[in-house]
Amino acid sequence: MQIRRRRRVALVAAGLAAGLALTACASTDPPASANSTGASAKAVTLSLVAYSTPQAAYEKIIAAFQKTPAGKDVKFTQSYGASGDQSRAVESGLPADFVMFSLETDMTRLVKAGLVAEDWSSDQDKGIITDSVVALVTRKGNPKGIKSFADLTKPGVDVITPNPFSSGGARWNIMAVYGSQTQTGKSPAQAAAFLTKVLKNVSVQDDSARASLQTFTGGKGDVLISYENEAIFAQQKGQDIDYVVPDSTLLIENPAAVTKNSKHPKEAKAFLDFVHTPQAQRIFAENGYRPVVKGADTAGQSFPTPSGLFTIADLGGWPDVATKYFDVDKGIVTDIERKLGVSVEKK
Amino acid sequence: MPDTHTVSGAGVTLVEATPAPGVPPVPGAAETSRGRRRRSAPTGRPLVSHGRRAPAIGLGIVVLYLSLVVLIPLAAVVWRSGEGGASGFWHAVTRPEASSSLKLTIGASLLVAVVNLVMGTAIAWLLVRDRLPGGAVLDTLIDLPFALPTIVAGLALLTVYGVKSPVGLNLAYARTGVVVALLFVTLPFVVRTVQPVLLELDRDMEEAAASLGANPTVVFLRIILPNIMPAMAAGTALAFARAMSEFGSTVLISGNLPFKTQVASVHIFNQLESDNVGGAAAVATVLLLVSMLVLVALDLLQRWAGRRG
Repeated sequence: MQIRRRRRVALVAAGLAAGLALTACASTDPPASANSTGASAKAVTLSLVAYSTPQAAYEKIIAAFQKTPAGKDVKFTQSYGASGDQSRAVESGLPADFVMFSLETDMTRLVKAGLVAEDWSSDQDKGIITDSVVALVTRKGNPKGIKSFADLTKPGVDVITPNPFSSGGARWNIMAVYGSQTQTGKSPAQAAAFLTKVLKNVSVQDDSARASLQTFTGGKGDVLISYENEAIFAQQKGQDIDYVVPDSTLLIENPAAVTKNSKHPKEAKAFLDFVHTPQAQRIFAENGYRPVVKGADTAGQSFPTPSGLFTIADLGGWPDVATKYFDVDKGIVTDIERKLGVSVEKK
Repeated sequence: MPDTHTVSGAGVTLVEATPAPGVPPVPGAAETSRGRRRRSAPTGRPLVSHGRRAPAIGLGIVVLYLSLVVLIPLAAVVWRSGEGGASGFWHAVTRPEASSSLKLTIGASLLVAVVNLVMGTAIAWLLVRDRLPGGAVLDTLIDLPFALPTIVAGLALLTVYGVKSPVGLNLAYARTGVVVALLFVTLPFVVRTVQPVLLELDRDMEEAAASLGANPTVVFLRIILPNIMPAMAAGTALAFARAMSEFGSTVLISGNLPFKTQVASVHIFNQLESDNVGGAAAVATVLLLVSMLVLVALDLLQRWAGRRG
């Protein structure tokens, strides 16, 4: 009996050890095996990893690229999802040759991980592939007369914006509200008070920009803080909405880059170059994005430049903004949400 | 009982491993020999054990499987939650938005578990004891919340109980919405655990009690309830644990306002999005601990009920 029990213990231990060994191997395996198929085949397959909104544009851009000599034999696997999720997936081993995110911080994560070159932003467009602006989406005919961010502080205005902690992209919205004050001569304290008033009117903070758009078109809210390209997308889908671009608002800049560990650096670079061409930029314009290439055909979309347009660099740049405003403990926006939350709990 | 030496002896000849006398044979050899012995001597013992301990190979496979699928991933969560030390863990969990989301989640899950306990049992009763027209259809409907991706459930609930509610009930973007979503996704648990027990329940006991003068209430309390209580407890525990972890359906219908309608799973998602993996793991660990406490408590209740019955 004694021996048998010892054997049982040994077996259990062996099972556990095997399990641990398996998981240990598994964690190092995928990067090695993932691209093994590309080596033998003549056609090259690039892996594109991007955030979700430009999907429709990319499908057309890829088709156009494959008609060029450089893209003739290039196939693509495409992955779309929330910008932060996609960035973290690549960081932890998802094979990618070409990446595009909604936020610069998602790119710097990959720079820190050694997957994207330090000088990714040194090309003619500073690594930016599409622009947009933070816009205010209203009901058809704008019944509440919304023109600027100041109108969002009025009592009785129901505001929708995604949660800036669930959705990296929603941080553009928050910084537009904040910057609309500091860029017009207000102090940081005044800007924070202004942001508090706006957030007080926010009744829903969905986890993504698309979910917020869904909430709004589902009938909730008077104003949705969103991006111009999302508003154009919604109008193209036949939604009953209008949108205004405030005079003082934030320029949205979406970065793209090739990865350092790409198995096909030549083809990946060719694709990145193609995305910067007027032809590809026109496809982005059709999908509501502002082209980054000066003088590119906008496919009939009008993209008026607001008089008081400012950039994230004017507010300190993303790395600083991320820690100063959105740190989970000490961020200015974290603090505002907390104060609002406490007052909600006391009710 | 054959002693272990003959067994290991068979193993030696079969796998040609030659351990020195006195050295315990390697586990692999033992495992082969034991499997072989059972096959070659089917008359020895019945395959269905009566309280006999599981064969070591079975235990090994189960432990390996459980380790890979459950234990190691869970251990990883707990491990990551300890990255910042005890103070870091405490800080992550007591952060105002974290504690607020935990309170909401635990409270809503308890409420939902209790409602499920009552309504789930009633539905199971209806399905088993009352031959109602369309009972078979109803029986199928119960499982549908399992089949739907929960985000679709959230969307469906939003259509019915949202701003444009066709039934005039606007429950979305408030705590009520969270509870409704949780009720929807946890409905099958109690029904599906109680139903088979009710089906198996011997009606003779009830008839005997009734013939001895017990009224229906007494029959229910003294005969039926003790029999289905373990199943009720098990179903309720499952429903509670499921509600604690629900993400998909609540993220849409709750409105996700911190301090107001944000549940713990969404808070965890936010922490991940903000690159605070330790904080996310800490809140997740609290969810695990609370779920475990409730599961253990209900298990104890089952045992206690079992002893009394």
